[in-house]
Amino acid sequence: MSLIEIKDLKVHYPIRSGFWNRITDSVRAVDGVSFNIEAGETYGLVGESGSGKSTTGKSVVGLEKVTSGSIMYKGLDITKAENRRKLDYNHDVQMIFQDSLSSLNPRKRIEDIIAEPLRNFEHLSKDDEKLRVLQLLNIVGLDADALYKYPHQFSGGQRQRIGVARAVATNPKLIIADEPVSALDLSVQAQVLNFMKKIQREFGISYLFISHDLGVVRHMCNNIAIMNRGRLVEIGTRDDIYNHPLHIYTKRLLAAIPETDVNSREAHRASRLAVEQVYQDQQSKYYDDNGAAYPLVQVTPTHAVALPQTIAQQLASQEGEVQA
Amino acid sequence: MWKTILRRFLIMIPEVIVLSILVFLLAKAMPGDPFTGSINPKADPAQIHHLMKINGLYDPWYQQYWNWVVHLFHGNLGNSYQYQEPVTRLIGGRAANTLWLALFTMILTYAFALPMGVYAGRHEGKLPDTIIRVYTYVTYCIPFFVILVIGIWIFGYVLGWFPTTGSISSDATGWLHTFGSRFYHILLPGLLGALFGTVNIVQYLRSEVIDSKHSDYVRTARSKGVPSKDIYRHHIFRNSLLPIAAFAGYSITGLLNGSIFTETVFSYPGMGLLFVNSISYRDYTVITALVLIYGILNLIGTLLSDIILSIVDPRIRIQ
Repeated sequence: MSLIEIKDLKVHYPIRSGFWNRITDSVRAVDGVSFNIEAGETYGLVGESGSGKSTTGKSVVGLEKVTSGSIMYKGLDITKAENRRKLDYNHDVQMIFQDSLSSLNPRKRIEDIIAEPLRNFEHLSKDDEKLRVLQLLNIVGLDADALYKYPHQFSGGQRQRIGVARAVATNPKLIIADEPVSALDLSVQAQVLNFMKKIQREFGISYLFISHDLGVVRHMCNNIAIMNRGRLVEIGTRDDIYNHPLHIYTKRLLAAIPETDVNSREAHRASRLAVEQVYQDQQSKYYDDNGAAYPLVQVTPTHAVALPQTIAQQLASQEGEVQA
Repeated sequence: MWKTILRRFLIMIPEVIVLSILVFLLAKAMPGDPFTGSINPKADPAQIHHLMKINGLYDPWYQQYWNWVVHLFHGNLGNSYQYQEPVTRLIGGRAANTLWLALFTMILTYAFALPMGVYAGRHEGKLPDTIIRVYTYVTYCIPFFVILVIGIWIFGYVLGWFPTTGSISSDATGWLHTFGSRFYHILLPGLLGALFGTVNIVQYLRSEVIDSKHSDYVRTARSKGVPSKDIYRHHIFRNSLLPIAAFAGYSITGLLNGSIFTETVFSYPGMGLLFVNSISYRDYTVITALVLIYGILNLIGTLLSDIILSIVDPRIRIQ
């Protein structure tokens, strides 16, 4: 059984207009998303900005009011607040945010920031609590003098590691990492990502890793879901997505990864333009009349793509031929 | 922390000196003299001339200032021309009255305004928020002395619930009775001042609460699983309190200035009433002493604000 099962999740925001501010329409930020996260794995959620991936992440932590659909955890639907309370849900599920500075209360010391989740769920004595905070700081490689500092006194990488320490404080089963490294420079990105991997190995944590950086996702994730316009367009293992992409949106994302090999620069450019051409010409094939993605169909046990059945089969066999 | 306070205190010294010079010169620049009106109109102008001369009123301003400062340090602010008694004794008796009234009003104001502000911010756009906003604006729009006059008329004369003059009833005996009587006398002006003086605090606090309600660190706190009431108590309220704390000190001075209205309407024997009286009698010594005291209280108010701020927000302590 999966750790968490997200089924047909929808988050719509009302658009109000007119004199009486009546609800006239809605923004479909997340529009029918289903996927499962297994224990101990890193699940990647990829998409362009505005595709609804952060909203999905926030819904999983319980920060967002869900319009419809369910998120099952330990047999209960945690989109309902009373179920979250019953399970001490946020003891098991924590979140890491993109902006490490603004997401920490500027007037609280690191000690209080990291200890707060402990104070919510575990009633430790003062000394035990301090010991635990020191352990956590040690795990993420910060010194004990960090305890009495304020968030603005740290560098971006250190702050993000504080965010990681804060998230793992309660020994959670699942951490939602919402673009945890996109605000950091590359060397620090690697540092934070490796900390996250190390912690995963030690404590058996699952991650829902939200990112638009396909390189980072490839480094981190076992299973990946590609999101576009509030829907999933492709789900698969790392191999499925990176080596056998089927949906045009996935192909475009992959084509957009910069190539470091100078010699093949022209070839890369040509293939990118070819993909773009296909996208421009065959929009109607990949998206339905409203511009939304189709429902997912399974092409292999691990790989699913949002296309009509026939086209999916056809593309899959093409992809298979190429591979053979 | 003590360093911050000490440094802040040292800055006050030049401020007080400049203030005292200004106060002194402005008092000198006022038209009229203390004798023309109060002495028998048939008095010889030469006699008045002589009185002014022996009182040092013809000396150059710096000499008069210097005399004044030297006397000041001896605790001697001169004699009131009107009451013919030392200014220090005159003010000392009334300062306590004014301070009690101001303190009482301030405590009541915060007691009303803080819950209202947080509640309005928390339920932004809902009915309770609208009611609180309308209430604060309406109270803000009515001039304070109008409220005082209407209040004293309804509750003092028509309903007769509260005394309308004085600070203590004449037959009060015993510690408890005295205290009760004093409290009874400041109850109505205090309540009126508090109920109709909430607008600043409520509006500031409300907008601060709305701001921090949507900030990222509150989102973080929610994702940590902090219960909603603790989020409001530990994260939102504390951070929103900053601007309120910033003008807590100033609000004391605001109340002292407001006391001029309150005390005049309620014939409450405090510094405000004394101030108004001494202006109409051109009682220079009392005026200068009172303006100086009000000025120093203003400075202390800002000092208090700074100290409160540095307690609430550790980032702004003077290094």
